[in-house]
Amino acid sequence: MSVLIYAENVDGKFKKYAFEAVSYGASLAGKLGTDAIALSIGEVAEEELLSLGKYGAGKIISIADSRLDILENAAYTKVIAEVAGKVDVKVVVFASNNTGKALAPRVSVALHAGFVGNAMSLPLEVEPLMFKKMVFNGKAIGYIKLKSEKAVLTLARNSFGIHESPKDAAVETMEIALDDSLFAVKLKDRHKITGKILLTDAEVVVSGGRGMKSADNWGPLEEFAEVLGAATACSRPVSDEGWRPHEEHTGQTGKIIAPNVYFALGISGAVQHVAGVSGSKIIVAVNTDKEAPIFEVADYGIVGDVMKVLPQLIEAAKELKEG
Amino acid sequence: MKILVLISNVPDTTTKVKFGDGNKELDVSGVQWIINPWDELALTRALELKESSGGKIEKVSVITAGSKVVEPTLRKALAIGADDAIRVDVEARDAYEVSAALAEAVKDENFDLILAGIESSDYNNSAVGGMLSEFLSMPSISSVTSVEQEDEGFSVKREIEGGTEVLAINQPFVAIVQKGIAINPRIPSMRGIMMARKKPLVVKEVSAVGALTEFDHFELPAPKGKVTLVDADNAKELIRLLHEDAKVI
Ligand SMILES: Cc1cc2nc3c(=O)[nH]c(=O)nc-3n(C[C@H](O)[C@H](O)[C@H](O)COP(=O)(O)OP(=O)(O)OC[C@H]3O[C@@H](n4cnc5c(N)ncnc54)[C@H](O)[C@@H]3O)c2cc1C
Ligand SMILES: Nc1ncnc2c1ncn2[C@@H]1O[C@H](COP(=O)(O)O)[C@@H](O)[C@H]1O
Repeated sequence: MSVLIYAENVDGKFKKYAFEAVSYGASLAGKLGTDAIALSIGEVAEEELLSLGKYGAGKIISIADSRLDILENAAYTKVIAEVAGKVDVKVVVFASNNTGKALAPRVSVALHAGFVGNAMSLPLEVEPLMFKKMVFNGKAIGYIKLKSEKAVLTLARNSFGIHESPKDAAVETMEIALDDSLFAVKLKDRHKITGKILLTDAEVVVSGGRGMKSADNWGPLEEFAEVLGAATACSRPVSDEGWRPHEEHTGQTGKIIAPNVYFALGISGAVQHVAGVSGSKIIVAVNTDKEAPIFEVADYGIVGDVMKVLPQLIEAAKELKEG
Repeated sequence: MKILVLISNVPDTTTKVKFGDGNKELDVSGVQWIINPWDELALTRALELKESSGGKIEKVSVITAGSKVVEPTLRKALAIGADDAIRVDVEARDAYEVSAALAEAVKDENFDLILAGIESSDYNNSAVGGMLSEFLSMPSISSVTSVEQEDEGFSVKREIEGGTEVLAINQPFVAIVQKGIAINPRIPSMRGIMMARKKPLVVKEVSAVGALTEFDHFELPAPKGKVTLVDADNAKELIRLLHEDAKVI
């Protein structure tokens, strides 16, 4: 039996969320009294592959096939399901990101395994497996039990964290025969966002709402974000108005994020907005209206005008970072 | 060409969530049901594609797996502009059961494009679109932000980790869509509502497959502690608290 963790690489490197998934898978394997095996697909250097051992993977299976340079869901599913068969899998773990959401449900059907989307805990019970997961956009928590032998889950971002438990890991390369008929998409164009902190990766997020008043007022917000090394975000009306790019829109119909701290500046805190940020560890609100619903979910708050508060925050943050 | 849009019937997003039967299920009394917001946008895009296809796309169908209570939601989809609707008659208990039922209902229908939303706002699974494509052995593209008709197939834009890709595809596939697919959802017009009454809504029976998961119980999150307020003239104190107490910056 084993726990298999899909460790996604981006241009040959693993990111934080892959380490989180491996950390989680290793703890889960510990609970089940079995081994944690990481699976990497694509060209990744040996040394990088071995870095997964630091988070508890005893074995790293590496599959490189140039046709897999593009995420073709059916082909990836075939690869993961075959590997799962070879290692007698009990649970397959994915990070809950674009890739995990694309693959995990397909793999669950291929393995006839019960699926848990956005798990937020290690199993609370092992026989049968039971996990905690977010439901109703964070308005409640569900305790979901497996009725199948095997399980496939996606791990909610930042819900477990990165934990080191070094293992002497070994890399095993494998080949899986893939029929050309599994490949259907052709890449026409790829655009990488570089040199910018990605909203979904960020530990600190500074977000502005309609209370910012106009597109011209974003200078101080951006400065504050820069001092903190934060990503910037916004509410839906702000991106609808074109004050900010659509990639920044968070909420039920935008990005779902879970940073360590989320600054909601001039955001009322409508349920649809909060649905996208309720996984944040700490929420900070600045709003002129002390009755604004954002204060019901915020941990820290300032009742006041954001344009007067921001310069003070920037100054204090600068002192902190330079101090 | 024919397009199918999957419709998930969910409680209105402003619903105050309560549970009944010893916290074992959602208390649906007083709940307003809506088309899952992503599916509303998917349907909007499907109709736009049909209208601009010069007759190449003949039909947009919608489908929901559920009991009779989902029919008003399907009627709303018809009022928005779908040509016909299918209700797959199962009270499915998990995404696996939903997807298996949908797959059985559409496997002989040869849709050229199937659109699913990225996530239902009830159980937040992000599962059904991917599962259905595996059941049907169809290609799937997820996190899709735009679909355009092109030559013999479609041009699809999707988000990947750290960027975006534009893909071409020339065979039937499942697109799992998210923000960007359409901007404003279409709403039913008076005429649309009148016409919807005459459009076909067929009910399909399928064999039972059984769920692979079940909810043991639900709970509401512990109420948040009271917010710690900092004086607006002393905003610097906030940074100190975040650094020293909360330890997040
Ligand atoms: C189906 C559906 C899906 C939706 N999805 C999303 C979503 O994904 N994301 C999202 O954000 N919204 C979403 N919405 C919209 C949501 O309901 C709210 O309308 C929106 O979040 C409000 O944005 P806001 O807080 O920026 O603006 P407002 O509600 O206008 O709030 C502005 C706030 O700024 C405060 N303010 C004003 N001046 C100042 C000042 N000088 N200093 C400090 N504060 C000030 C005000 O007191 C107010 O609280 C959705 C709605 C629907 C129906
Ligand atoms: N019962 C259902 N019937 C038809 N489509 C569904 C159903 N449940 C979910 N879907 C589709 O699958 C998407 C993702 O839902 P979920 O997997 O439940 O998060 C939704 O946006 C719908 O497009």
